[in-house]
Amino acid sequence: MPEPLLEVKDLRVHFPTEDGVVKAVDGLSFSMQAGETLGIVGESGSGKSVSFLTVMGLINKKSAIIEGQVLFQGQDLVQMANDELREIRGAKIAMIFQDPMTSLHPFYKVGDQISEMILAHEDISKKEAFDRSVEMLRRVNIPQPKERARQYPHEFSGGMRQRAMIAMALSLNPDLLIADEPTTALDVTVQAQILDLIDRLQSEFNTAVALITHDLGVVAEHCHHIQVMYAGKIVEEGTADDIYYRPMMPYTWGLLRSLPRLGHDTDRLTPIAGAPPSLIFLPDGCSFSPRCPYVFDECRAIEPELLPIDGHHAARCHLSLEDRERIVAQEILAPS
Amino acid sequence: MLRYIIRRILWAILVLLIVVFITYMIFFLLPSGDPAVRLAGKNQTPQLLEQIRLQFGLNHPWYIQYLLFLKHAVLGDQYGWPGLGLSFISKVPLKGIIFSRIAVTAQLAVGAAIVWLLVGISVGILSALRPHTVADRSAMGIAVLAISMPVFFLGPLALYIFWFKLGWLPGTGYKPISEGIGPWFTHWILPWIVLAVLYAAFYARLSRSNLMETMSEDYIRTARAKGLTEKRVVLRHGLRAGLTPIVTVFGLDLAALLGGAIITESIFNLPGIGQLTVQAVGGQDLNTIAVITLVAAVFVVVANLIVDILYAFLDPRVRFD
Repeated sequence: MPEPLLEVKDLRVHFPTEDGVVKAVDGLSFSMQAGETLGIVGESGSGKSVSFLTVMGLINKKSAIIEGQVLFQGQDLVQMANDELREIRGAKIAMIFQDPMTSLHPFYKVGDQISEMILAHEDISKKEAFDRSVEMLRRVNIPQPKERARQYPHEFSGGMRQRAMIAMALSLNPDLLIADEPTTALDVTVQAQILDLIDRLQSEFNTAVALITHDLGVVAEHCHHIQVMYAGKIVEEGTADDIYYRPMMPYTWGLLRSLPRLGHDTDRLTPIAGAPPSLIFLPDGCSFSPRCPYVFDECRAIEPELLPIDGHHAARCHLSLEDRERIVAQEILAPS
Repeated sequence: MLRYIIRRILWAILVLLIVVFITYMIFFLLPSGDPAVRLAGKNQTPQLLEQIRLQFGLNHPWYIQYLLFLKHAVLGDQYGWPGLGLSFISKVPLKGIIFSRIAVTAQLAVGAAIVWLLVGISVGILSALRPHTVADRSAMGIAVLAISMPVFFLGPLALYIFWFKLGWLPGTGYKPISEGIGPWFTHWILPWIVLAVLYAAFYARLSRSNLMETMSEDYIRTARAKGLTEKRVVLRHGLRAGLTPIVTVFGLDLAALLGGAIITESIFNLPGIGQLTVQAVGGQDLNTIAVITLVAAVFVVVANLIVDILYAFLDPRVRFD
């Protein structure tokens, strides 16, 4: 196995507040290979955004306690000085965000905002940077890119703004693109276009993509690997097939059951009961235990380890493998 | 753009007409006595009263007087353009008086504005960039104190300390710049600062909260994600969006002050519009009151127009249609 592009080791991001310490990310470990697409799935507050904002160095170090390692191409980003980190940000790791309506600065022209990023990392003329911005807009399928580059964000539709964000993010050919819920704020048809665009550009640029989403449906066809996060930890990880056809953790089952599926004649979707736990007062034992329909005594006392099942597939659960396989076959995948 | 400006100017003229109309109405509907009797002084004869009424146009009903006032303002009168008539008290043409008064008030207002913009906005920015630190908390605490400090308290206090006790400054009164930069500056510095204190405190709090809100916007996160230096993130992305709303407030504040800073001018004995207002109201000098009202309204209306046009250049989302 080659050296991974990104290796996160036992990352903890804690925010001290007046009410207590918010454990947004609590012992997170994973790795990504160059060119791979990793899907990170979880509810709001599961720590998926915070962990990648930490990778970008966008968590204010004054308001957070960050422990662990984020090794990117062998360098630890957590220990890195701000100036060095800034050179990586944008150039080697780029990020696009959930809401394209507010992610671009309303006062500056789209082309200038892309050029600004190129100019922050490369010593070229403004004219060259602008030409490259236009070229990037063309590559993300924005019609009349030359004219569009001279327009302001408010003259773009939501989907076009997200394309412009993608154009900006890829303009320096980064090794890693972090896409934080890139389609959540968009129409379903536009969602598919944006995801296909990310797919296509990923193979063109050979960029690794971390696709953060709360929608298991989104990551299915776009990701090599998927990791499911809950309360700041990974509770299950594996290939897309593992997660869809052999899920081994009750939380993943809950996510799957809350998805509409073609061919299943269900009147209602089944939501996961309860609310995500307070990240200040995490339950003892398994953090999903208060909401888990299969909970038993051990779950409330001992936190389950992330144990391998086969290959890359691993899950945190005290239920025996046989029980879980039976539940999956009878309740989760069986047509109702 | 041009159509928009023309439409705005027409509206502005309508506003001015209404403002002066209301001034006339209030003055004549209030039981203030016959202005001619007051103007005539001690030796009143029917002939004298009649002559005064003719001279000041008081023989007409009040709405005709209003129309005459407008006619003279637009077309000029025997004292030139704009025709502002005579003061009822001093019986001299108001035109010259008003412009020399505006000059004094403008020096006061612009000087104070420079002080409060420099102090207020820089304190606001520094506080916003280091929120909830000791420096931020003490700055905002001082700002609350300053906002609650009225000019009629601060002015005499400052005069007592820096003039009477320490003797650093030459006291009250107006020195035109033609008498030398030094005396001009030492006479102005105290009124500027005293008038600016309240505004500086207000602007500090305003720019702090605006900038803090802007710095938590998504596009600031994008700017950081682009790998820009923090300096560039703050200066080019934060301040540009965070301080633009202050243009609106500033335009109106400055315009209101140009219409006369009554208390500051009275305390520091500055012959500006504010002092003239006090005299005119005390002497029921209708014509002067009407002219001052018109001047103040013109400042506010023009400032509004400038702010709105300026905004279209500062914020591309604003469009005229």
